[in-house]
Amino acid sequence: MRALVTAVYVFLYAPIALVVLFSFNAGRHASEFTGFSLQWYGKALSNPFLTEALLNSLIIAFTSAGTAAVFGTMAALGLERLGPRTRAVFDGLFAAAIVVPGVVIGIATLVALVEVFRFVNPVLTFLWPGDTPPKAGLGFFSIIAAHGLFSLALVTMIVKARLASLGRDIVEASSDLYATPFTTFRSIVLPQIFPAVAAGFLLAFTFSFDDFIVAFFVAGSKTTLPIYVFASIRRGVTPEVNAIATMVLVSSILIIAVARLLLTERRAS
Amino acid sequence: MTATHPNDIEFRRVVKRYGAVTAVTGIDLAVPRGAFVALLGPSGCGKTTCLRMIGGFEQPSEGEVLIRGEAMTGVPPYRRPVNMVFQHYALFPHLDVSANVAYGLKQMRPRIETGEIARRVAEALEMVRLDGFGGRRIHELSGGQQQRVALARALVNRPAVLLLDEPLAALDKKLRTAMQIELQSLQRNLGITFVLVTHDQEEALSMSDLVCVMNAGRIVQMATPREIYDRPADLFVADFVGKTNILDASVVASGRARLADGSMVAVAPSDRVGAATVAIRPEAIRLARKAAGDLTGTVTNRIFLGATAEYAVRVPGVGDLLVTADHHATSKSDLIEPGEAVALTFDPGAALVFPARSSA
Repeated sequence: MRALVTAVYVFLYAPIALVVLFSFNAGRHASEFTGFSLQWYGKALSNPFLTEALLNSLIIAFTSAGTAAVFGTMAALGLERLGPRTRAVFDGLFAAAIVVPGVVIGIATLVALVEVFRFVNPVLTFLWPGDTPPKAGLGFFSIIAAHGLFSLALVTMIVKARLASLGRDIVEASSDLYATPFTTFRSIVLPQIFPAVAAGFLLAFTFSFDDFIVAFFVAGSKTTLPIYVFASIRRGVTPEVNAIATMVLVSSILIIAVARLLLTERRAS
Repeated sequence: MTATHPNDIEFRRVVKRYGAVTAVTGIDLAVPRGAFVALLGPSGCGKTTCLRMIGGFEQPSEGEVLIRGEAMTGVPPYRRPVNMVFQHYALFPHLDVSANVAYGLKQMRPRIETGEIARRVAEALEMVRLDGFGGRRIHELSGGQQQRVALARALVNRPAVLLLDEPLAALDKKLRTAMQIELQSLQRNLGITFVLVTHDQEEALSMSDLVCVMNAGRIVQMATPREIYDRPADLFVADFVGKTNILDASVVASGRARLADGSMVAVAPSDRVGAATVAIRPEAIRLARKAAGDLTGTVTNRIFLGATAEYAVRVPGVGDLLVTADHHATSKSDLIEPGEAVALTFDPGAALVFPARSSA
């Protein structure tokens, strides 16, 4: 039994450990370790295609997580005021948005957007006063929108859980002490739920930053970091790809650790 | 005009319904300025709903609530000159003690200057004997201390009325008694009207000037604690406030009643003749060893309570009666043992006559 468990863990983590190990390989082959070196990190970070993809990924992750944090929090606050039945329906819809597979989100968003573009672009061309009308197409916006669906549901669920433990009485107490609803939100509700909002933002950020499946469908000509990695391994796994993977791995672990800390610290006090 | 209004709070035909359920059934109530009023009743009697309607957290379905003569219909909680001490204190966990107490003052317009706020916060903390606790976090405080912060946070605003929602329910008995005395002296010193909601009759009787006994969404009786105890308006009040023995009887003439076992006893004078219920407080009954008299029975149980002892006495044909005796008045050997036969006597004025239970 012990041996079996060990085998499972080795099977799960050994490949990841190897990726990390070979990212420090001095040699250029992925199969033999010839000495310690940071050269692949340097190569990766000076590769213009890669830095562009990284920048794209950061912009997309930041925007979609930020939008999700704002609107997800608003949704969670709004859900509080609904009657129990309507609320159950929306709770279900939010939970469903989280379990929908990436492939489905990707295809659905792609099909929907293409339809929208087919309708919108002729209108834009017709209305545009100049010669070169803007053309709506796949790119940043479509990836952000597709990621936002999942992220918004994620933030809403996390903030909702925090709101549930907040208790109605401190909101009433604030109101009783002459605070207007806006002041109550700003000085009582927001400080209380802020760790949950921040944690939701961070989780949404890592989801968007690491996502390949959804982005692959709706990216159009834009390249995100996971798409770049996917494209480059078709030319063989180089230590450069290992270095990228290691950096993504470490930053994801750090961000998720911070998010977990934000969520548990509050529970204790 | 508001400053001269005699009542700090008035309810005019107030009804509160939640869907098909009526929580408050047409209440008229006047709380005089500077009074300490307790709303007393079993859970679900509508007392907390009444308090929340004063605070503005609930709106009456019908009728209106007035604070210092002004109708409060449609006025939100943050525009009402009252403050509430919540049952579970509802302190702001992310603010320290000072910031909690200063919260109300900081919302006031025109703005109060920072120095003045700090001075009044310090004063309020001193008033509840928490000077030097200003920098503490809320979760570092004990239940009793949190209770006092909640009190300071409300009183620092010098409200017209302080609302207290079962404020002592979460404290242990000893602390509760200490807080009762503290609340009472605070109210006397500040002269602010207090409205207290409680299901604890002892708390209501010991602290307030006026007790308003509620049942099933109605006010049953509003009077001084003494009057509530000695002259309960009906059987519900007699039973809910303090302990009482309730006996089925038949009144043959004013002041004379026949109990279920056939014995004739002298009771308080009444207009009622025929089937009735007689209520007697346990401490109004005297026990004597001589097993002869109008009413005789056997002691079945004795609970020693220190200053007093409680006896359960079985009177054949009448039922089990509770009798409280002050045993220090007699010698030690005078504790009556279970199994002894006793005679029961009482002052006729202490045996109150109410309508028979079936018709009540």
